[in-house]
Amino acid sequence: MIEFLKSLFANGMGNTYFEAVVTTLKITLIGTGLAYIIGAPLGILLYGTSKGNLFPNKPVNAIVGFVVNILRSVPFVILLVMTQPIAKAIVGSKIGDNAFIVYLVIAAAPFVARMIESSFKEVDGGVIEAAQSMGSTNLQIIFKVIIPEAKPSLIIGSAIAVTTILGYTPMTYLVAGGGLGQIAIQYGLYRFDSQIMYISSLLLIILVQILQEVLNTIAKRCDKRIRNG
Amino acid sequence: MIELKAVSKTFETKEGNVNAVNNVSIKVEKGDIFGIIGLSGAGKSTLVRCINRLESPNSGEVLFEGVNLADLSNKELRNIRHSISMIFQGFNLLSQRTALKNICYPLEITGVPKQKAREKARELLKIVDLESKENAYPSQLSGGQKQRVAIARALATDPKVLLCDEATSALDPNTTTSILDLLAKINRELGVTIIIITHEMRVVEQICNKVAVLENGNLVEQGLVSDVFRSPKSSVAKELVLPRAKATEEIVKGKKIRLVFDGQSAFEPIISNLTIECGTAVNIIAADTKDISGKAVGQMLIQMPDETNAEERILSYLDRHSISYEVINDD
Repeated sequence: MIEFLKSLFANGMGNTYFEAVVTTLKITLIGTGLAYIIGAPLGILLYGTSKGNLFPNKPVNAIVGFVVNILRSVPFVILLVMTQPIAKAIVGSKIGDNAFIVYLVIAAAPFVARMIESSFKEVDGGVIEAAQSMGSTNLQIIFKVIIPEAKPSLIIGSAIAVTTILGYTPMTYLVAGGGLGQIAIQYGLYRFDSQIMYISSLLLIILVQILQEVLNTIAKRCDKRIRNG
Repeated sequence: MIELKAVSKTFETKEGNVNAVNNVSIKVEKGDIFGIIGLSGAGKSTLVRCINRLESPNSGEVLFEGVNLADLSNKELRNIRHSISMIFQGFNLLSQRTALKNICYPLEITGVPKQKAREKARELLKIVDLESKENAYPSQLSGGQKQRVAIARALATDPKVLLCDEATSALDPNTTTSILDLLAKINRELGVTIIIITHEMRVVEQICNKVAVLENGNLVEQGLVSDVFRSPKSSVAKELVLPRAKATEEIVKGKKIRLVFDGQSAFEPIISNLTIECGTAVNIIAADTKDISGKAVGQMLIQMPDETNAEERILSYLDRHSISYEVINDD
């Protein structure tokens, strides 16, 4: 087994894999973080402005909902081409890792917004009513009641978001970015070196598994609805 | 202290408008334990939500200590809500917070320092008899314990009024009794006025001094519990006072009398004496004895015998012994 693994990295690819893993993780985590920074307020807005909720507002809800749905229905590859001017304006280039992060965030933020909205909707309406009856402001209800109550669901949502975003990262090869996907395409597709393609795919799978497991475990640990003695 | 003047609330639904509450006027005095009773769908929960304005009435006024709630800004309303606490059928505790931190919540939002809030929360846990459970999460507590935490949480802001929305309906009879005892203690020792929404007569019997009966959004009867119990006027109140009687009333044909015994007359052998004195046998259809504000109060439904003059004799006997009664004819 160890001999086999050694043979895989014997052709001087060890460093290349390592750098690719780091790049992929960097793009994924920064992309996810920024997607949450933009998506979370949108999610709160979608939830709060809905009918019969904390601050119902039909026009705002309809407009935000429409934009989110449009962005979510455009395939990522096409969105990436369409939003090149935005990347150019923000990071000064249409290509490279940084430009790719911009594309990722534009694609993932609406997804994150819906994910957060649906986690919030799971919170028991009675608890919110109780908080209102105690004289809470809307902000207190969001930050002290809804977010803490939805925490386990939000963390599970973040596991889905981060793995989905990781699944987008191989597209970096389209904009001359780096990472595992880029190696897989470059060696597997253009050089017919299927071994390298399989190894980099395997590394992607391992990354997904680790992220998923870690976040799910955190979600389970922090959920006080489960009796664990 | 709380006055509802001609309050109405209509909900618009796809099937048309629903009059949840219709022209209801109620006056609750300081120190009352006021019961609002009715069958499900009678509009009780909507009515109680008009008191802390979780629902805003379509017409009518809700006055709290003389202030019309409709005139208040959002901020003033939130301040008033610190004085009008509420507990619920489903407890509505924060599932991710311990019992202690649940009680701290209302203090947190009013800006009480953390240490002070914890001290106060511990005191309240003592009042509700749950000192040992301060670090337990709601999922680790029984229904009765959850409601105790909810009561402690409701008391945290030193409210003047406590609204109870079917607070015991999810609990078993023994737990219900102990929660009601706790509410009575809070009313007695802390001077908190309590408004209780319920569909169970036993709740009203056990702790309320006044009661209002709701039917299809209308107020059909209100007054002192002892008065309503002695001579219920509405059919809902009668049904609630002597539940099984109505069904039997319909099965057994002919004239019937509903007797009400209060105070010491509940301990006299009235029926035995009646049959001896009037020289006629009576058929007891339904009977029940209850403890209303410490007095034994009984209800009995008897069938009038077919004999001539029997009715006259029985009624004059009842009059002589000043027993309240009501003659029930078919239809």
